[in-house]
Amino acid sequence: MGIELAPQQTVLHDMDELSFTDSELDYHVRNALKAAVQGDCDSYNQLVAVIHHKERLVPEEVALLMTCLKALTGAVSCMHIVHHRSLLAAIFGMSLWNYGTDVMDALVELLISLAASSGQYVDLCLEMLVTNFMPPSSSSTYFIELLKQPRGIDKKHQVLDRVHSTFQDIANLVPLSPLRLEKIVRDRMPNIYTKEPFIVMYVENMLTLESGAAGKLVGGSMLVAIMDRLIDLDVEIAWDDILQDDFSKGIFDMELEDLEGFSDHVQQDGDELTRESLMQRFFGGNLVAEKLDSLLVLTFEHLESCSGSGRLIQVFETLLQSFQKTVLTAYKSKFAQFVMFYACSLDPENCGKMFVSTLVNIFVSGVYPAWRMSAVAYLASYLSRAKFVAPSFVAATLESLVNWCFDYCNKQDGDINPRAHKIFYSGCQAIMYVLCFRMRSIISVPRLRSQLLLMRIEDILRHPLKPLEVCLPSIVEEFLRLAKRNRIFSVPDTFVDYGMLESELSRAFGGIERLDTFFPFDPYLLRKSDRFIRPNFVYWSMVRNSYYEDDEDESASDEDIAEAGISIADDISVDEGDAHLDEFDYALDKMSITPRDSSTKFGGRIQGFVQMPSKIRPSTSPESL
Amino acid sequence: MEGLKESEANLVVYLHPSMAKCVNDAILRELSSLLFTYSETFDGVVLAYDPNVRSNLAKILPGIHPYLGVRLKAKLLLFSPKPNMLLEGEVVKISRQSIHAVILGFSSAVIADEDIRDEFKYKVKHGKEVFVSRHHKKHKIKAGTIIRFLVKSFDEEILHISGSLVAVHTGCARWLDANLEEWSQADSTTRKRKDRDEKEQKTADDKMMANREMPSLKKDDRIKKLKKKRKEHT
Repeated sequence: MGIELAPQQTVLHDMDELSFTDSELDYHVRNALKAAVQGDCDSYNQLVAVIHHKERLVPEEVALLMTCLKALTGAVSCMHIVHHRSLLAAIFGMSLWNYGTDVMDALVELLISLAASSGQYVDLCLEMLVTNFMPPSSSSTYFIELLKQPRGIDKKHQVLDRVHSTFQDIANLVPLSPLRLEKIVRDRMPNIYTKEPFIVMYVENMLTLESGAAGKLVGGSMLVAIMDRLIDLDVEIAWDDILQDDFSKGIFDMELEDLEGFSDHVQQDGDELTRESLMQRFFGGNLVAEKLDSLLVLTFEHLESCSGSGRLIQVFETLLQSFQKTVLTAYKSKFAQFVMFYACSLDPENCGKMFVSTLVNIFVSGVYPAWRMSAVAYLASYLSRAKFVAPSFVAATLESLVNWCFDYCNKQDGDINPRAHKIFYSGCQAIMYVLCFRMRSIISVPRLRSQLLLMRIEDILRHPLKPLEVCLPSIVEEFLRLAKRNRIFSVPDTFVDYGMLESELSRAFGGIERLDTFFPFDPYLLRKSDRFIRPNFVYWSMVRNSYYEDDEDESASDEDIAEAGISIADDISVDEGDAHLDEFDYALDKMSITPRDSSTKFGGRIQGFVQMPSKIRPSTSPESL
Repeated sequence: MEGLKESEANLVVYLHPSMAKCVNDAILRELSSLLFTYSETFDGVVLAYDPNVRSNLAKILPGIHPYLGVRLKAKLLLFSPKPNMLLEGEVVKISRQSIHAVILGFSSAVIADEDIRDEFKYKVKHGKEVFVSRHHKKHKIKAGTIIRFLVKSFDEEILHISGSLVAVHTGCARWLDANLEEWSQADSTTRKRKDRDEKEQKTADDKMMANREMPSLKKDDRIKKLKKKRKEHT
């Protein structure tokens, strides 16, 4: 066991030169431990000094350290948690990041031996390993720099591979250790104010645990903890950071040309801004957004690898539960829900359908009205924005929504009342929103077209409850225009609130949380993780043009629409920004669902409340003086 | 294997009112939170449960959340190893200083080298570590062996057992069962010797007693004879 230490002179601080052979050291260590229990601490203190020594170790010191560790590994049965606490503190205070692979291996062996020898050390060993998920905080700047270089990455792999294989080794000897590990990992998760490289590394480790051997035992709670952290970060990003008061055009410009490569071609003058520059302006320098961005990249990559190894469905089930508990109920959630979006895009058949049926269930038979309205908003936004959803599935889901609304309004004989029937109105608005995006693709398939015509949409819209007057005017208007253009429904032509995004009545049914203007899967704004979402996302500009292009270019559109989803990106003419500016702006205003004036914030969830904080500035603002 | 016992427990499970629709599931979930943890009330680690809810009625607790108290009888399988109990487990790791085993798949056990009797010698054969008995070459302990050992102590928090292989009837379970005569003979030989010794001692004592008595008898005889003779003489 151990290396054969040639009787060399080794130096220990200012002590006398000592030389040991392997077995001598073994014996020496055991005696030191036993003597310390009796009160004779000389050799024991020497041992502690060896363990503590970590600065600039020369090879002999490294060898001595290793041999000491190995000797201790054999002597764990002599260790006592109280009498040897300084030694144990020294051992648990070591960080794998500070040493070479030899010492790492020796240390890890010692930890396994300790954990297996007695129950009292298991938690301490696991905690030490979890602390090693990240480099030691005392030299954090050094390591952050190191990790940008290839040898830093190597070091990281050396440490983390050993940490995770040690978890496995300990679990083989102490079968209940994953249970303790789960709790420790959750408790020690960095909060949202931790530096970005550290929190990213910790989450990376959690994901490694999830996909590792103990994944079945701890994976679920790892995912839930990560989702919670994502929501925490998400909620910290205030819309004030996104909306700036001097921005007169409003955010709907984000819906501008999102096509690949378009931003390279367009002439940027002062007024027209592309998404790239918008994102840069809003999020450049916003630390919380950057952290969220990096964590989402990690999460998306993990989902991708789960999909590759066939585990996506189990992972999705956990995510779905977490979604219902935290994301659905967090009204200010802006980006965390895209985890679900991306997971569905990887497996539309299973995950996508599971997601939709859960949302439909919550809407139809949920308990809390706010959650039901929120669920139908998610449903509408998902069906409209997910490129990978087949029109037939959209039609089928629409049918169940329509049926519910129809049954509901048949039981009512009252008149218009936004607050009392808010769930109904949110259902109607969802139907209209989905049809704005998907009408073209549905009616282009004859079977689906007749299915659509058979749905009782006209009856619902004509009902005395008057959904057309209560729902968000911008959506109603667009829907009516499309219905008329495509000659689908015969709906009342007279419509009062042209040009308005929202009305008194819509605000009434939306309530204090403004669920009337809640569109959770609106265009994605985080830079690094955008590449995962963009290929699967339906932008309004893509859809809108299919309606208005009809007059100009028939043939191309038809071929495209014959496929499962709409991907008309290639057909859009590049210069429409100039040519159809008026109509473009007009249509865009309506469909992007983001308010034109910044007095009502995007998503405007808590209208009054979101406004107030932006007005209440710190005392440097003149108004408060 | 000792240490396992079955108990009947009268329990009251308190359920949140939201569980009122699915009481059975809620009860099972509550009971499952007891698993693999040591409970002082039951004096053991709960391994399995079998609830039996008698009545449909439950008492509602007063308070902000009106919890329901459901009474039930449950049969529980408990694991409570006490010192000097004989347990069996599978060896997962051998090292010069210790043998590590797993009991019932969840509890870890360690036997330190001072608790392994001298009969066993540590060897490395074909790259694998093994403890072999000096007296019986076939008696081996290696990774995968089921060993029988005595409990020294039990850590209730992490369910960790510290064991000992000092006693003669401990070691590889299969070998012990197959070679009952060998080790139990060793055991009974000592017993026989003991018995014999005892018997010898007893007979020796008896003899001594007998010898002591004999002279007195003889003496009496002689006296009688003497008396007789004297009588005859006169």
